[in-house]
Amino acid sequence: MTLYGFRIPKFAALFFWIVVWEIVGQFELMLLFPPFTEVLAAMTDVVTTPSFVEAARITAYCYLVGLSLAVVAGIGLGLLMGLVPAADKLLNMWVNIFLSAPLSALVPVIMILFGMGEPTVIVTVFMFAVWIIALDTRAGVQHVSPSLKEMAFSFGASRVQRLKIVLLSALPEILAGIRLGVIRGVKGVVIGQLLVSIIGVGALFSLYSQNFLMGHFWALILILFAFALSLAELIGRLEQKVEYYAGARG
Amino acid sequence: MNAIAHTPASSAGTTATPVDLPIVKTEGIHKVYGGTVQALKDINLEFKRGEMTSLLGPSGCGKTTLLKIIAGLLKPTAGEVRVNGKPVTGPGPERAFVFQDFALMPWATVLRNAAFGLEQQGVARAEREERARHYVEEVGLAGFEDKYPHELSGGMRQRVGLARALAVDADVLLMDEPFSAVDEQTRRKFQEDLIRLREVENKTFIIVTHSIEEAVYLSDRIVLLSPRPGRVAQVLDPDINRTGDPDAIRRAPEYLDLTDDIWRGLREYVE
Amino acid sequence: MSATVPAAIAGGPTGSSIARFSQMPAMWRILSLALFFAVWEIAGRTNFNYAFPTFFETLAAFFEMIFDGSMGAAYLRTLEPLIIGLVLSLGVGVSAGVAMGLRKEVEFLSLPIFITMQAAPMAALIPLITFVYGIGLTSKVLAVIFLAMPVITINSYKAVRNVPPSLLDMSRSFMGTRWQQVTKVILPAASPMMFAGIRLGVAEGFSGVVLAELLITPTGIGDLITFHRSVANFAHMYATIASIVAFAVIAVSLLYRLEITLFRPEKRGLS
Repeated sequence: MTLYGFRIPKFAALFFWIVVWEIVGQFELMLLFPPFTEVLAAMTDVVTTPSFVEAARITAYCYLVGLSLAVVAGIGLGLLMGLVPAADKLLNMWVNIFLSAPLSALVPVIMILFGMGEPTVIVTVFMFAVWIIALDTRAGVQHVSPSLKEMAFSFGASRVQRLKIVLLSALPEILAGIRLGVIRGVKGVVIGQLLVSIIGVGALFSLYSQNFLMGHFWALILILFAFALSLAELIGRLEQKVEYYAGARG
Repeated sequence: MNAIAHTPASSAGTTATPVDLPIVKTEGIHKVYGGTVQALKDINLEFKRGEMTSLLGPSGCGKTTLLKIIAGLLKPTAGEVRVNGKPVTGPGPERAFVFQDFALMPWATVLRNAAFGLEQQGVARAEREERARHYVEEVGLAGFEDKYPHELSGGMRQRVGLARALAVDADVLLMDEPFSAVDEQTRRKFQEDLIRLREVENKTFIIVTHSIEEAVYLSDRIVLLSPRPGRVAQVLDPDINRTGDPDAIRRAPEYLDLTDDIWRGLREYVE
Repeated sequence: MSATVPAAIAGGPTGSSIARFSQMPAMWRILSLALFFAVWEIAGRTNFNYAFPTFFETLAAFFEMIFDGSMGAAYLRTLEPLIIGLVLSLGVGVSAGVAMGLRKEVEFLSLPIFITMQAAPMAALIPLITFVYGIGLTSKVLAVIFLAMPVITINSYKAVRNVPPSLLDMSRSFMGTRWQQVTKVILPAASPMMFAGIRLGVAEGFSGVVLAELLITPTGIGDLITFHRSVANFAHMYATIASIVAFAVIAVSLLYRLEITLFRPEKRGLS
């Protein structure tokens, strides 16, 4: 974007909106938005409390465990579906249902089965992330070029070597799936804690709303958003590194 | 000379302008991409009415860029294109474009695709469909009017693209590698049909191609472009009789010699 | 759907999955359902968890709630914020997305906002809107909008941006005005991806309304889930949850059918 011949960086627009936010907040135009400066002031307050450190720990822990499980299970499931047609026909429908289902409705079930603690949040993250990883892995595996598979076969590659070739050449799709899984996982970790509501950020949100702390509320939301966006950005960069590969694969 | 012999003498469209004036003229065309990449350098060409001209060259010589500048789809960095003596500022009704990737609308039938140029000009439905139907038949697709593009082969899709360009009744047909996405057999058939079509339709054709055989087979005049920056290396007027059996052309000594000559000239540009 | 891009990249998984369902032989679908229910039944019978009912208990509870009317009443309550929220998301989302795709300055100002909204856990805003707007309909509608609109907007934007450039050139070369280009080429060409976004948005909207009903005040389906959990009627709770999941999936696939019959004439003959 250029304005009067000056190049404006892409995310400069965010600053514009922050200014708008500040104005809306200062003049109390919308109840939803306290002044941005007030949110910033509350930010230091939020970050320094021990309950925030605890919430951050729970969030990071549940997220990482849930996501790792989802990556492993998702790739495994995707490989199975991509390589075994019968498994694909049996499972495809369910994977797709879970992908577009309102998963937050399942959280009460998870809560009953896994208790009102960290395991529930972990399972929620897993449920949000696993299906898209499985589906993209499946797509990647099914689109490995047949001539590459025939090449491996004709040069006498062993089963393990052939599986490795399939996995590596499906890598761009697998990574695309993981990127989407990462973003969905963040939603899972937040929704899980909101519904469990007595641990982590869920507990913080209840605390702030009981005490009418709007600034604190927004500060915590912004921290969560920043966390989600930086994760998405990070994984996007990683993905660009293997982009060459999708192109060269033909 | 041969080219003039091929121009139909009793051309109806030539009453306004004398026959010997070029219908399309490029004057000192330069094209620079992104401030640094020189795609075209000082292109001065004249295209005579009723002639079929090929722009031939290796990839990266800017031949498609030149065609799009003539079409008015791209603006030259410097220089001017004149059609019928008038400078080009954008696309015009006297020029019609045939796209390399066909550019058909997948949601529209063959008939609607062929009539699309007329539809955009605001021609009433009954009339535009009648005209489109005529050209769909002329390009050999009678019976396919209600099919959708995905139901056609590549060659048939390009025939729809050609019908669409013919239906707007432009004087100049600009074809951007029209046969490059089509298999070899279809391509040969298409080339033969194009020669036949020229005898029926009084049009000026400018074709971009990277196939030496295609250029020699089809054209009255071949413009050889050299790459980086693209400029006119040579202009050739093949002296080939195209009136008889289309297969005879491919056996004619003139055809074979010229193909060889051009290859010898282009070889140095190919790594 | 195209064979070379993973489902999730090619405008969302929902559309392709529905397409795949309908192409799958019925036998496999029934087998797949039967297998899932059998596993459920067996898992329920092992009594591994006191709160895990068998499949048949759940089915019985489902019919009980259908016949005593509690299920129907709950759905009526839930559908109100869902439909209001979805209609608003659709209107605002599609127009914002199209505007961003067509106009550079709108894109510059709004795109970062929508990218943020799509990547961020918008559910975190639900406690905030409850805090500000109370526990009424407004909050629930907003919850639906927050979850459904970003994906609809981003997909509409991407759809407009991904229209093949040669189609735009085609419209221009046949003298199309900007208005004709937008209405006759860009919008039809963008519509498949837009509809994919709408389907994803509807799925998200279901998530939003359930979340709102669980978090804000128990009404409708959320109330049914919360109530039966509190009185340890686990079979009823499972039946409610399974029904809303099934309802969402069926709604999304009906939407796909509707799209095919209304807007995609070229696909009607295929599936």
